[in-house]
Amino acid sequence: MTTTTAPPAASTPSGAADPGRPYRRSPLTWIREHLLAAITVVVFVFMLAPNAVILWMSFNQPIGKFDYDWNRFSLSAWKNPCATNEMCHSLGLSVEIGLIATLVSTALGTMIAFAMVRHRFKARSGINSLLFLPMAAPEVVMGATLTALFFNTIGPGSLGFWTITIAHIVFCLSYVVVTVKSRLAGMDPTLERAAQDLYATPLQTFMKVTLPLVAPGIGAAALLAFALSVDDYIITAFTAGNMETFPMYIWGSVQRAYPAQIDVIGSLMLICTMAIIALSQILGRARNARR
Amino acid sequence: MSSNDVLGRGTGGDLRLAGLTKRFGSFTAVDHLDLTIPQGSFFALLGASGCGKTTTLRMVSGLEAPSEGRIFLGDDDVTERKPHRRPVNTVFQNYALFPHLDVYENVAFGLRRRGIKDVKQQVADMLDLVELGHLARRRPSQLSGGQQQRIALARALINQPQVLLLDEPLGALDLKLRRQMQIELKRIQTEVGLTFVHVTHDQEEAMTMADTIAVMNSGRIEQMGSPADLYENPGTTFVANFLGQSNLIPGTVEGVRGDVVTVTAHGQRLTLPADRCRTDTGAVILGVRPEKVRLAPAGSALPPGVNALAGGVVSDASFIGVSTQYLVRLPSGEELAVFEQNTGCEIQRPGTEVVVHWDPSQSFGLDGSQDIEAGADLDEESAA
Amino acid sequence: MSVSLQAPPAKSPVPQPPPAARRAGLLTPWILLLPGLLWLVVFFLVPILTSVGASVQTGNADQGYRLTWDWGNYGHGLSDYLPQYGHSLLYSVLCTVFCLLLGYPVAYCIAFRGGRFKSLLMALVVVPSFTSFLIRTIAWKTILSDNGPIVSVLNDLHVLNATTAMGWTVGNHVLASPAAVVFGMVYNFLPFMILPLYTSLEKIDPRLHEAGSDLYCDTFATWRRVTLPLSMPGVVGGTLLTFIPAVGDYINAQLLGNPNTGVVGQKIEDLFLRQTDGYPVGSAISVVLMAGTLILVLLYIRKAGTEDLI
Repeated sequence: MTTTTAPPAASTPSGAADPGRPYRRSPLTWIREHLLAAITVVVFVFMLAPNAVILWMSFNQPIGKFDYDWNRFSLSAWKNPCATNEMCHSLGLSVEIGLIATLVSTALGTMIAFAMVRHRFKARSGINSLLFLPMAAPEVVMGATLTALFFNTIGPGSLGFWTITIAHIVFCLSYVVVTVKSRLAGMDPTLERAAQDLYATPLQTFMKVTLPLVAPGIGAAALLAFALSVDDYIITAFTAGNMETFPMYIWGSVQRAYPAQIDVIGSLMLICTMAIIALSQILGRARNARR
Repeated sequence: MSSNDVLGRGTGGDLRLAGLTKRFGSFTAVDHLDLTIPQGSFFALLGASGCGKTTTLRMVSGLEAPSEGRIFLGDDDVTERKPHRRPVNTVFQNYALFPHLDVYENVAFGLRRRGIKDVKQQVADMLDLVELGHLARRRPSQLSGGQQQRIALARALINQPQVLLLDEPLGALDLKLRRQMQIELKRIQTEVGLTFVHVTHDQEEAMTMADTIAVMNSGRIEQMGSPADLYENPGTTFVANFLGQSNLIPGTVEGVRGDVVTVTAHGQRLTLPADRCRTDTGAVILGVRPEKVRLAPAGSALPPGVNALAGGVVSDASFIGVSTQYLVRLPSGEELAVFEQNTGCEIQRPGTEVVVHWDPSQSFGLDGSQDIEAGADLDEESAA
Repeated sequence: MSVSLQAPPAKSPVPQPPPAARRAGLLTPWILLLPGLLWLVVFFLVPILTSVGASVQTGNADQGYRLTWDWGNYGHGLSDYLPQYGHSLLYSVLCTVFCLLLGYPVAYCIAFRGGRFKSLLMALVVVPSFTSFLIRTIAWKTILSDNGPIVSVLNDLHVLNATTAMGWTVGNHVLASPAAVVFGMVYNFLPFMILPLYTSLEKIDPRLHEAGSDLYCDTFATWRRVTLPLSMPGVVGGTLLTFIPAVGDYINAQLLGNPNTGVVGQKIEDLFLRQTDGYPVGSAISVVLMAGTLILVLLYIRKAGTEDLI
């Protein structure tokens, strides 16, 4: 109590009026104020728990064929990640398909986005619907209908690498368009006018101003396309024929055997992602510090 | 396009607009504009938003194609030239600095596009001119509004354009910075001696900086002249109201004797010089600026030969330090504004009966067929 | 006066760009659009239309299929797989609702309370998605297994008895049940809900909250009257991004469900990839699923009044 003039009785019922005491609140208020934070923490635990479990189980020495239950600590899976040959082979195949699908869908999608944002032409709304449809179609429908097409035209025997890649480009394309479009639409059009005013030809304007400014959007689109492609199971299962991508390998493992090496790969995917994010943060901060 | 010749430099000369017209659908933004801006002048296009001033600017820079008319730089017709081939540069309203380039690269942009390899000295000189040499490696987002403004100016000036266009260049700055930049811009213009064409809705900004002001309204030029010309002798009610404040009193021309025009308004006789009156018969609008009007207590003796309106009552008096601003209600119901400089004279309280009077040579006469309110509300809106 | 208004010169003709240049200007968008659109038409639109055709064919893999306009495939498809359609719809609606209920508070909390950790927290939402979703879904098998901590806690609290009585779990297990399927779907699609919600919430000026409370709204009323209406684009976007993949999903039903939690996707895969003459019926139920989803989505967009969203 620092106040000398206030009567001591004033502190009990109307504590808020007393500057010497913190405002006392009912526990209900406390819960209400922290409910949002509590829900958020719980949801984050829910979202991140599997990743923790994957990392944990990657150090397991499973008893049987399935790395589902904890037995004892072991580094064997980490020392020998490619013990199961098919797994690493399927992973390579997934990356290969992912890269081609990313390259093609990013190029085609960026072109569409530029046409949609920068040009006025008829049939815009029709094209918009066509771009929206693949995002509104359940994957299983896309997979099934595309297989039907391949069956009817080139025959069931020709399903494989290229049919998977074609299918992946189809479902990545719309997402690329949406991502690049939003970046383009958010760009201040006076910047391009300023470039023209400063003697840049249309080509120079595009190369020196438009492209560098849209590049983060194109980069994000490419990253999204790659992630979608590498992680896709449903459409791939329909178009793969005898090929086995990484997600298909995991799917099969649930029936055959689920080695700890899968958890090693799962952990590596997480670690690489976090490392890339951390690296870009550090680089960005270093660049800002230099200025 | 790497040489200066391609940009058509070297011939020099005035910027000339001939019958320049721009229509957007059925709306005519700029209506047969004929205008010559001499080399080396600081020219202001003044008008409320939507009057066509920015469209005019964009046509000069080449970012908008005119519907009709030609644009000449000296003897060259540049109407068909693409923006990147015109020796004209713009300081954009929101500056349009490239966010992905630092200050140095922003300023060097135009030189590099013209294939000039050694830009170092020029960029350094230009950054010195705008006093921002120490910020060369910052990104635009790390600069204050005033600094961004100077960089935008440096980026345009470094190309030594024949004409520099400024699109509301100070609109985004606060009042104090704006005053500072007005003086700065004027200094730089005098220093480099280029033609500046400045578009603004702020009459004070236009008056401070420009040698010549063109007041634009609905795609046409209402009046053009030096700031003092326009202020002292406005030609239309729009200019009288938009540029500063005016007391406009409707009346009738009684007669012209020699170089004096006699007018009756509210039953009282007023006079004005014939060369300041735009009409010599019928309806006339007599105008006088508030700071030229004086107050005298009712019934007191007035100096001989003044224009006087008796029977007024002070309805409002605001003391603002340098002056006191009065509103005086006349028997006709009209209110006149009076600014009395603070020279120590007594402040008239609201309700006091007064006579307002002024020197007849300070009156101006306008064609009585115009809308007496034209331009008045626009000024308030754009000054906000 | 240093500047003079001059008499207009003789009118010059209106300058027109040369016709070739104008034609090039009109062609540019089509040159940009053509490759991508062609890809979508050939590998998306044509397959769907072919499937509509295939759904009225008869035959089998050995003898080939003939177009017989046999609408019976639809009758068969619908009557035989009605429970699967029901499950798909029920699970995906539940999944969307739970995602919205969980995702909104999280997006709100990050957007308005995140401070300088905003982007870090959003990174944490996205980062797990870079690990294969199959591996992450299978990890739930470990977490929810019978000898795991969650099942034992739920058993001690007699929660599983209640949920089993309601038909959502089976016995004293969490896995291999409808509840586990919905749980797995919520887990998989939650980031798709949080991302658009966060984007639209983040755009809201926090001063609007102050304005709300200044105008006599309590916290909830401010949310109800100010924040929620402004975040509707995010709500619509999030529910669509969750519902559409959820309705066709069969991964969770396969990995976390039991034979009684069959969904349409499983049946389509089965008919196409494992049965020799399932192709016409498979096409029929695909077409129904596609059309049904599209109708629901369009109705929803119209109702939500954000047609410009797409």
